[in-house]
Amino acid sequence: MTEPEAVQAGPERRIALVDLLDRVLAGGVVVSGEITLAIADVDLVHLSLRALLTSASTLERGVADA
Amino acid sequence: MGLLSLILGLPLAPVRGVIALGGGEPARTVEAAGLVAVVSTVDLAEYGEQPLRRNLEDLDWLAATARAHDAVVHTVARSATAAVPLRLATVYLGDERVRVLLADRRTEFAVALDRLAGRTEWGVKGYADPDALAAPPRSGDEAAAGRGSGTAYLLRRRAQLSARESAERTAAEHAGRLHAALTDLSVAGRRHAPQDPNLSGQRAWMVLNGSYLVDDARADEFAAAVSDLDGERSGVSLELTGPWPPYSFSTTVLEVLEE
Repeated sequence: MTEPEAVQAGPERRIALVDLLDRVLAGGVVVSGEITLAIADVDLVHLSLRALLTSASTLERGVADA
Repeated sequence: MGLLSLILGLPLAPVRGVIALGGGEPARTVEAAGLVAVVSTVDLAEYGEQPLRRNLEDLDWLAATARAHDAVVHTVARSATAAVPLRLATVYLGDERVRVLLADRRTEFAVALDRLAGRTEWGVKGYADPDALAAPPRSGDEAAAGRGSGTAYLLRRRAQLSARESAERTAAEHAGRLHAALTDLSVAGRRHAPQDPNLSGQRAWMVLNGSYLVDDARADEFAAAVSDLDGERSGVSLELTGPWPPYSFSTTVLEVLEE
């Protein structure tokens, strides 16, 4: 974990979609972009997708591990 | 019409040429006030307010966009001293607006970058096995089996509910201790909402969905601690994810500055 080479960018990075969405939808700095969904909207999107994504990420991981 | 999706701000660093968004416009840099924003041009037909609202409900679109965003953020965070990811799909109406943002919030971004430098986000998910955590049935429950079937059912049911509540309480307490232990090894720790197990087919409960900002010098120590804690208690298993760009901590850093 000391060498940056250990980190793969792009498609080689095996991360579960649901873990990624936990971070990119709820994390990151919110600045006043000209086109911005209200945070509450994004949270609603996030909530409505969570269950679906959990199953999707399980499938995805299964495929990646196959 | 050309639009910009601002992805992050970072100190001047040799990132030019390393970034390309799969399928979309290549990412490029916009500089102002000693900061660099990495942006890519997007189409208003896709990223305007109404299309964006609709697209965020489209799992395929969201998945592709999130992965493209992450690929760029991850690449930049790895090659730059530090990077501050912005929320997914932050759209500005031109390069000049991005320069204004960088200039207006130069101090905040600079402090955030300073605090994030040399640190990496790691994810730790904890799963509890309800069966392993449930208390073994008490002898009184066995005796109840000899009573009338209705009474026996009620007693059995009550014992099951009580065992489940007890297991949930045990798991929650243990997750709290795990989070505290992991936070102690980190610069900061944060818990995300647990992911819903209902459709995943997994019986295990997610009791911990944590993110931890860890000094790179302590990354090995942190991973070893996760491994140790994983074996500490039967019935609770841990999964380490990452390295992540500091998605879960960029907001925290700026909020602190705004107080």
